Amino acid sequence: MNTDFLQGMRSSVPVVVGSAPFGALFGALAVDNGFSVSDAVLMSASVYAGASQLVGLDLFGKNIQPWLVVLSIFAVNFRHILYSASMAPYIKHFSGVQKAFAFFLLVDPQYAETEKRHEKGLPVSFSWYLGLGLSVYVPWVAVSALGAFFGKMIGDPHALGLDILLPAYFMGLVLGFRQRSHWLPVVVASSLVSIVAMHFVGSPWHISIGALAGLVLAACMPVTSDTLEGEGAKP
Amino acid sequence: MTDHSVLIYTILAAAVATYITRIAGYVLITRLSHIPPRLEAALSAVPAAVLSALVAPHFIYAGVDVTIALLVALAIGFRLPTLWLLLIAWAGVMGLRYFGV
Repeated sequence: MNTDFLQGMRSSVPVVVGSAPFGALFGALAVDNGFSVSDAVLMSASVYAGASQLVGLDLFGKNIQPWLVVLSIFAVNFRHILYSASMAPYIKHFSGVQKAFAFFLLVDPQYAETEKRHEKGLPVSFSWYLGLGLSVYVPWVAVSALGAFFGKMIGDPHALGLDILLPAYFMGLVLGFRQRSHWLPVVVASSLVSIVAMHFVGSPWHISIGALAGLVLAACMPVTSDTLEGEGAKP
Repeated sequence: MTDHSVLIYTILAAAVATYITRIAGYVLITRLSHIPPRLEAALSAVPAAVLSALVAPHFIYAGVDVTIALLVALAIGFRLPTLWLLLIAWAGVMGLRYFGV
């Protein structure tokens, strides 16, 4: 195996630690909501977007029209549009088939690690991308199946403290970008607006509304040579 | 259609909808011949903006134990790698729950 692939696999460790309990929780809740084990695995393997899978489950359980379920999942996943736009320059050299694979594997940590790798000045090669992507995808599908099989035995995720892992992991990702220009104002704006939007508009819209606030702010800030380069990697 | 086939088709439709969100940004942005600096500044802010919007509500709406554990982990996250941050957040929230916070 080449080094890029192995480096990709290595950077998957915190991702898997942060997301595995969440995947198991999805499997367990899916069976609770009347899914078979294979339905749960199909959803994890095909949709492959944790938060939206949980939202979908919740709606399936409430007998909501199928098109509304699909629309809600689309709304939760809308942020990916921003991901694929912002990483476009780093993966332009992928072939068409490679891009098709790459976009399928584009979950939040995959995007964040891609940005970080580019920022470090390392090549975003397809082997690296796939090494990371598969090392996150395969455990995700596997723990969903385990959660579906052994759901009753997992116990209460709250009592085990598992509910903190995902937000803590995402917070680590946010901190990973603190060298970028306008990082602090963007983080503060998006956080505050997301919190307010969660209260007044509700989930999942708070994600898009909060994100938009930070992006608009970044676009309105004075353009520096830093921002022109796309990332403010300072020594 | 049986209830079960409705479920399968809904899952597959959700998968297609999700895939569209993952390719659309690339398709749209590569159609522009020139990316204006302000758009570029906004794109550069995508990781901080989107991920903050995902995390922030947990600080407020997930209970006081989570708020405290996340604040401690935040302070530590500036110095130590992510795995440590996960460990400390987890130990913190377990400790707080043990003492009934």
